[in-house]
Amino acid sequence: MIEVRDLTKRFGDKVAVDHLSFTVEPGRVTGFLGPNGAGKSTTMRLILGLDRANGGTATINGLPYARLPRPLLTVGALLEARSVHTGRSARNHLLFLAQTQGLPASRVDSVLELVGLRDVAGKRTGGFSLGMGQRLGVAAAMLGDPQVLLLDEPVNGLDPEGVLWIRNLMKHLAGEGRTILVSSHLMNEMAVTADHLIVIGRGRLLAAEATDDVIARGSGQSVRVRTPDPDRLTELITADGGAATAAADGNGNGNGSGGHAPVLTVTGLPAARIGELAASSGVVLHELTPQLATLEDAFLELTADSLEYGHLDADAADWSAQ
Amino acid sequence: MSATPAASYSPATTQRQPPTRNAGFGRLMQAEWTKIRSVRSTTWTLIMFVIITVGFTALITWVTVANWNGPQAGPRDIRAATDPTAVIFGVAIYLGQLTLAVLGVLVISSEYSTGVIRASLLAVPKRLPMLAAKIVVFALAIGLLAEIVAFASFYVGSAILHSHVHVALSDPNVLRATLGAGLYLTVFGLFAMAVGLLMRHTAGAISVSIAVGFVVPILAGLLPDTSLWNHIVGYLPVQAGTTVLTVHPTGGDAVVLSAWQGFGVLCIWVVVLMSIGAYLLERRDA
Repeated sequence: MIEVRDLTKRFGDKVAVDHLSFTVEPGRVTGFLGPNGAGKSTTMRLILGLDRANGGTATINGLPYARLPRPLLTVGALLEARSVHTGRSARNHLLFLAQTQGLPASRVDSVLELVGLRDVAGKRTGGFSLGMGQRLGVAAAMLGDPQVLLLDEPVNGLDPEGVLWIRNLMKHLAGEGRTILVSSHLMNEMAVTADHLIVIGRGRLLAAEATDDVIARGSGQSVRVRTPDPDRLTELITADGGAATAAADGNGNGNGSGGHAPVLTVTGLPAARIGELAASSGVVLHELTPQLATLEDAFLELTADSLEYGHLDADAADWSAQ
Repeated sequence: MSATPAASYSPATTQRQPPTRNAGFGRLMQAEWTKIRSVRSTTWTLIMFVIITVGFTALITWVTVANWNGPQAGPRDIRAATDPTAVIFGVAIYLGQLTLAVLGVLVISSEYSTGVIRASLLAVPKRLPMLAAKIVVFALAIGLLAEIVAFASFYVGSAILHSHVHVALSDPNVLRATLGAGLYLTVFGLFAMAVGLLMRHTAGAISVSIAVGFVVPILAGLLPDTSLWNHIVGYLPVQAGTTVLTVHPTGGDAVVLSAWQGFGVLCIWVVVLMSIGAYLLERRDA
């Protein structure tokens, strides 16, 4: 269990973490989400005692990190920044860490085995690929078989195989009852990995709830309707208090080109009601699909005010639409 | 590499409370020893240290003997005849200390340049014990080697000089100078380590250490030989520290500090710089 209370960190004039409070519960993967520069890494470094807080507290199982007697037996951390000497072998890197905790050298071999680095254990880490470096980081985090894990952007730069490996590992470890906090700026990665989300922007808490709830909070819940008679259906929907617009996507641009019926995007009415309206008036429907807001939409909405490059939003939208 | 975590990994197969093999500070020293011995820069700087120190002792004494013209021939031979330990240790120690300065800086600055400091502090969040373990391990390892090198230099140098000048450890103050050479080299390495701790930047800290160890003594020699300057210069780290390996003090230094006083002044420099560094280590973000 990680408890953050009123945590504050300033770098000069800039407030990186602003009176942040949240709790990370065991037994599930908690995603730590926010745009670049939101303060995710700084918060993790504060929890781990690497940075000194200007105010507030962060405790792990009730103790500040520095008061944990043999911290690696309680907490494992994978930091975003590389933290190995490129001239030292993977085994020696893990060995010195094990020695600080009084762990036997055999423990080093078991974590090397766990992450699949046994064959390159004696090689200097300078020659490691990004993925191997990430595996070594996981090995270091797992060295003390900790109950609490903090992983900062663990899938950054990994190939799909590596992403899958990290994702499965986190779920597996959470399933064993461990506390897992994993940061990311990739919303869709979190949607499939995290059970619970803590969303921050500009160092402030924006949301802390179940992933499904965060997604559901996203506005713009709509229903996609495909019908050969869009005008008639639009009338029915408008009369019932909803709104229908011709969808711009695909070939359903309202004129039925390409042999498909036009598509409407309906808001303000549930899919069931639209179906009833259509049936009562004999309007044929080819498709009736409730559109769930994606985590990405919810995230963008939550963080809209906290993006560091807020002024560029319009440009970014133009760019992404092309 | 499989795409799933190893199936063997589960709480049932791992120890919740792994056995502790040794407690407290011993663990930290063991870890620091692993760190220092497991990088190539340590091996290379120490090989260079041995070669440069013993090698320059041999070279300088051999040049002296090979060009021997007798006591009346010039200042070099006169100096060799009156103060042979200065010929044995002089150039060799000044050059050899630079390799230890590089190692002293690297021991701490490489943790910052490679980011391994983050791993170190995650494992040992109490920063001062980690620093203390690093200092003790470095001092013990370097101290032992530096004493061996000091005595090796003395035996090599005195053997080469033997045909013209006789000098032995039993001569007055020579044993102290030889032991002192090893001590001085060790403490100068710690001085560089303190500079590295303060600056956290390899190139900058090595530059400062070499300036203090090599450039300042040369510049100090150009200063006027007045009491005021002699007192200021005499308390600088290298000028004060090298009194411990000097048998016959020359120039103004003679009146400022005795051998052990001078060595004490160097130690105070190290303690002060290391204390400031420790304070900053505790306060700064890693």
